[in-house]
Amino acid sequence: MTTLTDDDARAIVLDALRAVAPGPELDALGPHDDLRDTLGLDSLDFLAVVRRVSERSGRRIEEDDYGRLGDLEGWVALLAGGG
Amino acid sequence: MPSLGADMEQGTVVEWLVGPGDEVHRGDVVATVDTEKSLIDVECFESGTVERLLVDAGTAVPVGAPLAVIATAPDGAVTDRAATDGAATGQPAAAPAPVPAPAPVPTPAPAPPPPSRPAPVPHPAARSPLARRRAAAAGLDLASLPGTGPHGEVTGADVDRAVRRPRISPYARRLAAERGLDPAALAAGRPHPLRARDLPAAPASQAPPAQAPPAQAPPPRPRSATAALMTRSKRDIPHYYLSTEIELGDALQRLRRHNREVPVADRVLPAALLLHAVAGAARAVPELNGHWVDGRFVPGEGVHLGVAVSLRGGGLTVPVLHHADRLDLDALMAALRGAAERARSGRLRSSEASGATLTVTDLGELGVDAVTGVIFPPQVAVVGFGTVRPRPWAEGDTVAVRPVVTTTLSADHRATDGVTGARLLHEIDHRLHRTEETP
Repeated sequence: MTTLTDDDARAIVLDALRAVAPGPELDALGPHDDLRDTLGLDSLDFLAVVRRVSERSGRRIEEDDYGRLGDLEGWVALLAGGG
Repeated sequence: MPSLGADMEQGTVVEWLVGPGDEVHRGDVVATVDTEKSLIDVECFESGTVERLLVDAGTAVPVGAPLAVIATAPDGAVTDRAATDGAATGQPAAAPAPVPAPAPVPTPAPAPPPPSRPAPVPHPAARSPLARRRAAAAGLDLASLPGTGPHGEVTGADVDRAVRRPRISPYARRLAAERGLDPAALAAGRPHPLRARDLPAAPASQAPPAQAPPAQAPPPRPRSATAALMTRSKRDIPHYYLSTEIELGDALQRLRRHNREVPVADRVLPAALLLHAVAGAARAVPELNGHWVDGRFVPGEGVHLGVAVSLRGGGLTVPVLHHADRLDLDALMAALRGAAERARSGRLRSSEASGATLTVTDLGELGVDAVTGVIFPPQVAVVGFGTVRPRPWAEGDTVAVRPVVTTTLSADHRATDGVTGARLLHEIDHRLHRTEETP
């Protein structure tokens, strides 16, 4: 697994979010906005995002990681930081 | 027009995906119907050939009205296709196949049949080499084309017509025009007719054609259907309510262990675990699984769980997981995932839109402690789950912090008493504590 840059990681996560919860909220999403609240994700949506990001990034995201994945910044830190 | 929900009285055929002459199979999606609540893919009940469409797209008809005539040919489709393939080597009955084998091959009637005898035509389509060549070139199955020649033979012209035939539904065509898209380009090369939902979304800038703004916006339609149904429920059904706290420590731990071992795509959510327990409990307490019809309870044939799914942008839809009690946890999770995705993208299939014998509403996502649901008539109960939360939990003389969910039952007092309701909640609890129930 190669380490992703911050930009790569952000792009992958945004792509996954766009596929699962498209809408104007996503365009205005800030790095620290709560994803579930802002985008109205439920656990099925969240799992779909996790699955897509895992596939694209090649990094298996565990349920134990979920606590860090509340906002975009958390995702980027996990994926680009090598977690 | 199938009933696609307890409250549905009529439906509008938005588009047909098949036409006269098309071969259809049981379970094929043949039309899209607009109910009060959403667009639903209607599946075919029969296999056969579409003879006639009885309802034009855009027409509303009451539930129960016939939509199309389908000629059912028992195993006809298969034989026809086989005959077509076989005949591709030459004209039947006229040119014996070049068989190198020395032994006489018992082929049926190599000699021309007497003219009076109605020839056992393999398939009328097999006759014309021209039609066959053109169909092959266009990638069409001859057996599936309507023929206009003698004895229903498919002629070269028929094939040409099929090739030219717009493989795009009228509704999709209209939408495409509104969005400035070229339907022919979009339909090109598709194995199936282009449907409205296959169109790319309208660019936001030019979405609706400029119109006078409506003087007063009508309420979103999903609201009115829900409003009518819930009003009927509260007017007609004497609800009684029970609740219990269920401790989930061990169950969730087993779930986590399971999820660590399986691919991400196969992860099971706690919501599926709860549904699984309800499905088993409903089988164990059949008095709560079924419908109240004409003053008496009719038990459901199988456990079909309605799962309330909130839609993005508001509204509620309740896809049905059929025979949920026969699904293991992984299969139930897959069914839940699929149904929720289709419900939210407006692609629910007709079989998923009706027939629930018991409904589950899980508001755990919303952070509420508990929900006591309103029964969907003609069902006689609804199970509600709140948020799974760490709470103080007494065990013997000590108190531990455990994940706990408040589980409620709203039930129809005409059909059952509290004793039966309590049994259902007990069964749910029991199942969530049985190790063999969870992975």
